[in-house]
Amino acid sequence: MNFTQVNKPCDAAVPRAGTCDNLTGENKLMAGHMEESSYLPRQALQTLFDTLKTQGFRTLGPVVRDGAIQYLDLTDAGQLPSGWTDEQSPGRYRLSKAESVRCFAWATGPQALKPYLFSARETLWRSERGPNGHLAFTAQTIERRPMAVVGVRACDLAALELQDRHFLDGIRDPAYAARREGLFIVALHCSHPADICFCASTGDGPRATRGFDLALSELDDGYLVETGSERGRGVARQLPLQPATPAQRQQAEREISDAAKRQSRELPSQNLREALFGRLEHPHWDKVAARCLACGNCTNVCPTCFCHAEQDVPELGGASSEHMREWDSCFSEGHSYLHGFLVRPETRHRYRQWLTHKLGSWHDQFGRSGCVGCGRCITWCPVGIDITQEATAICSDDGMPGGAA
Amino acid sequence: MNPYLPREAEIAGRTQESPNTFTLELRLTDRQPYDFEPGQFNMLYLYGSGEVPISIVAGNRDNGVLTHTIRALGHVTNGLAALKVGDRIGLRGPYGRGWPMQEALGRDVVVVTGGLGCAPSVSIIHHILTHRERYGHLSILQGVKHTDDLIWRSQYEVWAQMADVKVLLAADVAEPGWHGHVGMVTALFDRLQLEPDRSIAMICGPEMMMHAAADGLHNRGIGADSIYLSMERNMQCAVGHCGHCQVGGQFVCRDGPVFPWPQVRPLLGIRGF
Repeated sequence: MNFTQVNKPCDAAVPRAGTCDNLTGENKLMAGHMEESSYLPRQALQTLFDTLKTQGFRTLGPVVRDGAIQYLDLTDAGQLPSGWTDEQSPGRYRLSKAESVRCFAWATGPQALKPYLFSARETLWRSERGPNGHLAFTAQTIERRPMAVVGVRACDLAALELQDRHFLDGIRDPAYAARREGLFIVALHCSHPADICFCASTGDGPRATRGFDLALSELDDGYLVETGSERGRGVARQLPLQPATPAQRQQAEREISDAAKRQSRELPSQNLREALFGRLEHPHWDKVAARCLACGNCTNVCPTCFCHAEQDVPELGGASSEHMREWDSCFSEGHSYLHGFLVRPETRHRYRQWLTHKLGSWHDQFGRSGCVGCGRCITWCPVGIDITQEATAICSDDGMPGGAA
Repeated sequence: MNPYLPREAEIAGRTQESPNTFTLELRLTDRQPYDFEPGQFNMLYLYGSGEVPISIVAGNRDNGVLTHTIRALGHVTNGLAALKVGDRIGLRGPYGRGWPMQEALGRDVVVVTGGLGCAPSVSIIHHILTHRERYGHLSILQGVKHTDDLIWRSQYEVWAQMADVKVLLAADVAEPGWHGHVGMVTALFDRLQLEPDRSIAMICGPEMMMHAAADGLHNRGIGADSIYLSMERNMQCAVGHCGHCQVGGQFVCRDGPVFPWPQVRPLLGIRGF
C-alpha cells in the first residue's frame, strides 16, 4: 500500500455501483474491473491464507466470537463464519445460521479495522524518575509485523482512508504509521447489506473501488478475485486462479448492484454542513437528547471517530509512569473539560457536537463527510437512535420558528 | 521523531504572582536550541500526573530560560504549583499558530486581555518593545474581575511610562485606592485615540469578553480581518490528533490558538462549541 495513493482527497468522483439504472452504462463502467477478475474455487480459498502466512503476514479475518463477527487472528479458511448471517436493526444485532456455504454473507461486525491501527488503549511513552529527581523519557516501541486483513468492506475502506489522513497527513502518529505501513487488504465487495446500512447513500459502497491489494466477490461456489496493487498481484500469482466466466462476472455484478438497491436508509442529500450549522437551535436536538444516554457506544463503533484521551498511569513504586492514550468520546463529560467548567455540559450539546462534526465540519477538515454509511452507530446504540433519521429530522424545518434557518 | 515525547526541563526560577497564579522559569536540560513565536504554547508534564497546555510568556535566547505563568486549577497545575527550584518536569513544544506579528508590521497594535489572558499576550508586548521601530502605537488594555487578580502591576507601570505606549486597566470589583476603570475592559475603548485603518487588534481572555471586545473594536472601525483572538480549549495531544480542542472544523491546538476573528466568529459564544 502506498500512502500517496490512499491519501488522495476522497471527495473525488468515484463510480457508484448500483445507483445507475441504465444497465448498459453500468456494465461499461464495470468493464475495467471485470477484465482483471479471475476465479478462485471455494475449496482453494485456503491457498490465500497459506500464501499470506508464507509472506510473513499476521492474518486477520472474520470469526464468530461472543455472538458477533469480529476481525481476529485466523490462519485457516475453516475458521471463517461459513453459513452465518447477521440481522441488524436500531439497537439490535443477532447472528443466525442459514443454509449457505458462504463465508461473507453478513454486513458488518461491531468493529471495523480501527482497533488494529488506532489502538483502543496503548502506551505512548514512559517516564522514569531517578533518585535525584531527574526524569528520563522513552518512546514506546511499536511492533512492526505486517498485518493482512481479509474481508474488508467498502465502508470500512473509506473509513480507513479518513483515519490515514487524520493520523498520517501533517504530523505522523508513529504507532498508527507503523501498523499501517505493511497492511495488506483483501477487500470484499458487499452483497449482504444489513437493514442499518446506507453506504450507497454516502457513496462509499457497496463496491470497494480503491485502497485494496486484492478484492473478492463471493459466489456460491467460489470467489472472483481482482488485484489492486503490485503486492496484490504478487499474492494472486500464488493462487490457483482460473479465468472467470462471463456468467460468474455478471452474477457478481448483479449481487453488488442489488446490495445497493436493497438499502432503504439514506442521509439527506443537501449540503449537511450548511444545513446543520444553520439549525443549531432546532428543537429536535432536545428530542434526541431526551433519548440519548451519552454512553459513547456510537463513537466507539464508528470507524472514523478519532478522539482519544491521554492520561498518566504511575507504577506503585513511584519510579516510573506510563503515559497512555485511550479512545475518548465527545459524549463523555471530560471531553470538553476546560479549567473547571464543561464546554458541553448537556447531552444536547454533545449529540449536536457529534452530528455537526461527523456530517458537517468534517467537510472543513477532510473535504468530505465523516460518515461512510456503515450503520454501526444505529445498531449499537442501546436506545436505537438512527443517525439518518435524526439528520433528516433536523434538516427538515419542522418546528423551526420562521421556517428555514 | 516521536511528536508526543517530552524533553526534561529544570525549574530555574519560581514567582508567586497572586494567591493562585505562579510563574515558572524553565530550562531544558538537553540545552538544545529552542525557538518559538509569540502566542505559541508548550505542553508541560508533571511526573506521574499528566500534561497541560501553557502559553509561553517569554523566552530568553541567551540563557535558555522559558517563562510560563500558570493558574493552579486542576490536578496537574496544582501539582506544578507545589514544585520548587531545581525540580524537573517534562516539556514539549512549541505548538500552534501564534500572534500575527508579520501582519502587524508598521501598524498600531491594540492588545486587549482579560484575566489571565494577559499571559498568552505579553509576548506580543515583549516582541514589539524589542523591535520598537517596526511597529506603531501600542495600546495595552487589561481587565480583571477583582483587582486582586491583577498580576504584573509594576510591569504595567513601566510600560505606561514608555513613549508611544498607552496602558489602561479595568476591574469589575476594585479595592480602595484603585486608579483604573471600574467595570468592563470594553468600556476602555472610548479612551483610545484609535486610527482604525492602521490598527490591528489582538485579544485574549474569556470567550464572552473576546466576543464583546471584537464587536466593540469592529464597531469603532477596525476591520474584521485585522482582529485576532487566542482561543482556549481542552488540549491533550497538541498536534491536532486527540480531538478535544475542536471548535467547528478548527483544531485550536494546530489551526490556532490564535485565529483571525472571522474564522471563529460563527461559533464564538455559542454554548456547546
